[in-house]
Amino acid sequence: MKQWFRSGTPWIWLTGGAVTISIVMVVGLLSLIAVRGLSHFWPGSVAEVTIFDPRTGETSSVMGEIVRSETITAQMAREGGNPVGEDQDLVTRYLFKQGNRDQFGTDFVWHFDSTMQDVRYPQGVMVIERREWGNFYGFPVALMTDGLVTVTADDPAFAAQLEVALARAIERANAQRVIERRDVGRINTAIERIRLTERGLELQQLPDEELASQRAELRAQREALDAEYDVLRMQMDELQRERRRDSLVMAMTDGREVQLNLSTVIAITQPNDMSLLSKFGHYFAKIWEFLTTEPREANTEGGIFPAIFGTITMVFIMSIMVTPFGILAAIYLREYAKQGPLTRMIRISVYNLAGVPSIVFGVFGLGFFVYYLGGNIDRIFYEAALPSPTFGTPGLFWASLTLALLTLPVVIVSTEEGLARIPSTVRQGSLALGATKSETLWRVVVPLATPGMMTGLILAIARAAGEVAPLMLVGVVKLAPNLPIDGEFPFVHLERKIMHLGFHIFDVGFQSPNVEASRPLVYATALVLVILIVILNLTAISIRNRLREKYRSDSD
Amino acid sequence: MEQQTEKPTIKTHLAAPSEVNIDALPRKLEVKDLRLSYGKDEALRGINLVIPEKKVTAFIGPSGCGKSTLLRCFNRMNDLVESCTITGEILLDGENIYQPNVDVAELRRQVGMVFQKPNPFPKSIYENVAYGLRLQGVNDRRTLDEVVEQSLRGAALWDEVKDRLHDNAFGLSGGQQQRLVIARAIAIEPEVLLLDEPASALDPISTLKIEELINELKEQYTIVIVTHNMQQAARVSDQTAFLYMGELIEYADTNTLFTTPAKKQTEDYITGRYG
Repeated sequence: MKQWFRSGTPWIWLTGGAVTISIVMVVGLLSLIAVRGLSHFWPGSVAEVTIFDPRTGETSSVMGEIVRSETITAQMAREGGNPVGEDQDLVTRYLFKQGNRDQFGTDFVWHFDSTMQDVRYPQGVMVIERREWGNFYGFPVALMTDGLVTVTADDPAFAAQLEVALARAIERANAQRVIERRDVGRINTAIERIRLTERGLELQQLPDEELASQRAELRAQREALDAEYDVLRMQMDELQRERRRDSLVMAMTDGREVQLNLSTVIAITQPNDMSLLSKFGHYFAKIWEFLTTEPREANTEGGIFPAIFGTITMVFIMSIMVTPFGILAAIYLREYAKQGPLTRMIRISVYNLAGVPSIVFGVFGLGFFVYYLGGNIDRIFYEAALPSPTFGTPGLFWASLTLALLTLPVVIVSTEEGLARIPSTVRQGSLALGATKSETLWRVVVPLATPGMMTGLILAIARAAGEVAPLMLVGVVKLAPNLPIDGEFPFVHLERKIMHLGFHIFDVGFQSPNVEASRPLVYATALVLVILIVILNLTAISIRNRLREKYRSDSD
Repeated sequence: MEQQTEKPTIKTHLAAPSEVNIDALPRKLEVKDLRLSYGKDEALRGINLVIPEKKVTAFIGPSGCGKSTLLRCFNRMNDLVESCTITGEILLDGENIYQPNVDVAELRRQVGMVFQKPNPFPKSIYENVAYGLRLQGVNDRRTLDEVVEQSLRGAALWDEVKDRLHDNAFGLSGGQQQRLVIARAIAIEPEVLLLDEPASALDPISTLKIEELINELKEQYTIVIVTHNMQQAARVSDQTAFLYMGELIEYADTNTLFTTPAKKQTEDYITGRYG
């Protein structure tokens, strides 16, 4: 034993063990997120179960996807007022996603193993994804148009007709959406611009007659827009009416029949009738939908595209701002500043800045950037729009700037390290050829230090993309109406509020009214965030490696 | 004893007859009572020395004797050391280079330098050689091509690299890199070339090539070389100065210094008794 200690082998085990535990934890974390997040999109079979209540002796029936199960002590179950026999120690209960929140009041329900009598997976069950109230589970009865039954479910033409009707409804919904988003949006922007011009005229204190003539012109423009809007309004009403004509009659598991308007339906699937292959197809389509569509129903349904887009835009703008600042500061500190106590103090302060809690940066960003800088920008450039703020409110630009400040130390430190690593012989070689200090710096030293700068940027991106706390104060919101980049002039809207994956996780996970429904989305969003950060990092790393290859020096 | 066997080689390399009067040769550089200290440490203690034009002058001496420091005074590289103070004069063609109105960048264009370790820039071979010219604002392709070829030929590197001029300079071997650095230095046509132990990091064959190169270059340039290697000093130089503890102990034509040193210290050093 003593020999074994002497040999140094324990150290190998100790250090190796630390590595192993770290790897196990990281891999475990990632697989947990991946499994929980990705399984959400799988079209699970719908079970119909007869529930026997031993207290009343009645049976009822529940239908839905079995989401998970857990085993608890019988004691706990009895304290919860559940019918559990005295002879049991442990009981298993299952969580059913029964949907039909508008009918049952709750879309998730627990049932104990002992009360479940027979479990069937009936053919023909439809899972209907709706624009509101979550999923609907039931059996189709008939398709109705204008209140009259057109085809019943036992008719062989039912499936085809339903498909046609649904496609028509979705097409109309999309058309309506386009009008709302594009045309009405354009008119609203134009009207807002007219209002601002008018307000600007008032502020300019023009002579009365000129003011009057300009006002008349603006009024004419506005009337033209109003007329245009009325036409669109009629179109939309028409579409709305058309959409409402078709409806679907569904039977729930308790026998009640419910009429669902097709305008509220997004998709219909019949998981119990699907083959494995079509389940896979559906699975990937759902993942794609998650990545590319907007959230619905207080973020508990739908996709996360605005959050992905917002995160990337913000990180991008942050990089554009932090890189030049950090690099210039580092060059001054390392190359020009006299290396005395003052420089040392500044350097230590910069290093310590990296350790300041991010929420402090958030508070600073809100106080200085948003209220002070933004407020002054509004007063100077957007006076007409006051009192409603343009830049004097949290937004993309301020969020990016706050994160730039937060990550500045990282960039400075890495750039300084990059500069310090360049052998003095190379500098001397340049100086000996008659180059001045700045010529040496820009032609030889800075190109050699680019890999170090890229390392700083990589670390900055990694930190910024995952940051949440300061963003809640300076520009990230639960639901942003518009993307920060769109086709509307000036295309990049720095003043807009954005959605962010990190904040989305927090919001969906902890601010959501429907915990069970949003739980898998938290995992899925976390997975997307992790993958996004990995992609951003890999991109930056590959750029750095290419630079390293290009500016490879002897010391590397 | 070792020195005895070296003697014939020295003689074949030395064109000048022994007992040359250095003061009688045309003067390129003149050092007058040069004192240099790093903070409180005096590194050079009153050096007086004349370096004749278009000759090879070698500085020898044990580590820390101040020979490299002295070399770096000729192109004012010591200015970069913050704690360094210098008194005395160095005259280049009769002008004191330590006068306050001297343009240091201009001086360094006249007095080129090659360092101990090859230090090519992270650029292509071509751009390394063209660097000095580009600094002077020369960007004409044809002029650059011409100068690059001439300089690489001058540094005996042209034939080895002519097909890969635009490859990264780090792809060259150590000896090639050192010759590239020499090419880079002669591309801006300096008058004086300072070589700070140019072959100490190289293998014997590369060393031989560098030495041959020095023999060719002295046709055009005044060369000052610092070396640890006494055989090398004997092989390549016309004059040799022996420095010890920041003082110039003996300065004579190479033949005299190595065969009949005037000072006991010199004799001890060249026969390997200390250093």
